[in-house]
Amino acid sequence: MILGIDTSVGTAVAVVEADGVVLAEASSANPLGHAEVIGDLLRAALGAARADAPVGHAGAGTPGAPAQITAVAAGMGPGPFTGLRVGIAAARTFALGRGVPVVPVVSHDAAALGILLDQALLGETEAGRFAIVTDARRREFAYTVYEGMDDDGLPIRVTEPALTPRDAIDTVLAGFGAERRDTTAVSAAMVALVAARALAAGREVGPRDALYLRSPDVTLPAGPKKVGV
Amino acid sequence: MSAAEPLVLGIETSCDETGIGIVRGRTLLSNTIASSMDEHARYGGVVPEVAARAHLEALQPTIETALAEAQVSLAEIDAVAVTSGPGLAGALMVGVGAAKALAVALDKPLYAVNHLVGHIAADLLDAEAEPLEYPTIALLVSGGHTSLLLVRDLTSDVELLGETVDDAAGEAFDKIARILGLPYPGGPEIDRAAASGSDGLGGTRAGDPNAIRFPRGLSRASDLAEHRYDFSFSGLKTAVARWVEQQDAAGQPVSTADVAASFREAVVDVLVTKALAACADYGVPRLLLGGGVIANRRLREVALERAEAAGVTVRIPPLSLCTDNGAMIAALASELIMAGRTPSTMAFGADSTLPITDIQVAGEVG
Ligand SMILES: [Zn+2]
Repeated sequence: MILGIDTSVGTAVAVVEADGVVLAEASSANPLGHAEVIGDLLRAALGAARADAPVGHAGAGTPGAPAQITAVAAGMGPGPFTGLRVGIAAARTFALGRGVPVVPVVSHDAAALGILLDQALLGETEAGRFAIVTDARRREFAYTVYEGMDDDGLPIRVTEPALTPRDAIDTVLAGFGAERRDTTAVSAAMVALVAARALAAGREVGPRDALYLRSPDVTLPAGPKKVGV
Repeated sequence: MSAAEPLVLGIETSCDETGIGIVRGRTLLSNTIASSMDEHARYGGVVPEVAARAHLEALQPTIETALAEAQVSLAEIDAVAVTSGPGLAGALMVGVGAAKALAVALDKPLYAVNHLVGHIAADLLDAEAEPLEYPTIALLVSGGHTSLLLVRDLTSDVELLGETVDDAAGEAFDKIARILGLPYPGGPEIDRAAASGSDGLGGTRAGDPNAIRFPRGLSRASDLAEHRYDFSFSGLKTAVARWVEQQDAAGQPVSTADVAASFREAVVDVLVTKALAACADYGVPRLLLGGGVIANRRLREVALERAEAAGVTVRIPPLSLCTDNGAMIAALASELIMAGRTPSTMAFGADSTLPITDIQVAGEVG
């Protein structure tokens, strides 16, 4: 079982079987308060995974769902820093506590996989290029352009995650020929599924460090003013 | 869990130190600290976003180092403890998220505690000291806080008598160091300059603490009515800056040694005076000092000297436990467990202005 955690937008936790079956999901859409809710959401998802697992599955009826977790998928952003860090910190210490690996996932990849799976499920023709667009605060959007799925079932990135001023987003996306997909929630189940597919393929698809995309916002103290030239 | 001597892992991320401590009852097993101080040096003070990023990177390796040093495994831990506040919100949140997930993963109770009370709990880990006696006055001085407390019981009754109304004392040291062109952090630099700094004439000498009479914040009779135990250091900072400017403008030499020594004396004087006033007012002949600024030798000297004259006993935890650390957080939780307190519920967050009366956060009454 893979535990997925993402706090790049709201707070989302899910438990997914290695084959992709979603055992439990718990989330809060609140774009703030990640630190407040993460513990209860973890307990809820792990508790539900234990109770609701289909008979015959590893989690069914057995106590101690945390002990069944074999990997922790961490949504690495992009996302507003303060909240984003809560999920990454939680993923890292949970994994440490269970002695299992952390699998970093680009949060936009999870959102893209969700769209691609929905399309496949509904039998729609592939949308072609599209961009996951999320709020980056400070009058900016974060975006990543995708096109289709590769042989491992992972979304193909056309661009790496990047920031753009809000009023420039449409021009930027037109330049890539990408359809805009505004995203206000990242599913932890999709984060876990990206991780499951990456693990199955033996690939590393996420960054080791959080995707801040901005340097820490500080101004260096000005040196003594020079008089004259 | 062993209520007699619980094995507790404490996580502290309220400022720029990622502190992981492990204690068994009142026995210190590990006090591991990763500091991002160097990263803040070029900014002349702690930058919250830089600190928060550093916490996220340091947490896991620091926990691993602490476990190795304590020679225990996570499976043996009886409880996890974490600082809920006060402190920098973004920094605190890293520790809170990490502690909750660790507690869930281990299926162990979680204790969310008050950072300032943790500074007092650090004293319990001093194996050589006599047991802490109640009540005691506590003066906590660091780059993040300057607080005067009346401690009747560590786990149940701590009262805030006063605190800084503007800068923390440690911040004042940093700012004055900058005015004098000295590097960050300011505390040790001011000390060094006071011991052997520029005489303004091309040589060096020890500074004269009485060379310049800088103001003592909130110490006038009119201030004392309302702010008897409160501190203020922003006026002092302005006074030092103005004095240096005026000397420069008048073409007079500026002795860094004298400025550093006189500034430090003003800070130390007001800290010790107010702490001893609290001891006298409340009839408490005990004073506990804590916080990173206690590393300042002159502060310890003056406190010991004047306390002795006033018949007050001074306690100072080992300096390695005075700066922010996870061991003090673990020690406080350990004390709560031994007092029979139930764990915190999961629904707490980071509280940057957590009141001192909240010794434990989100604890169920029971
Ligand atoms: Zn502190």
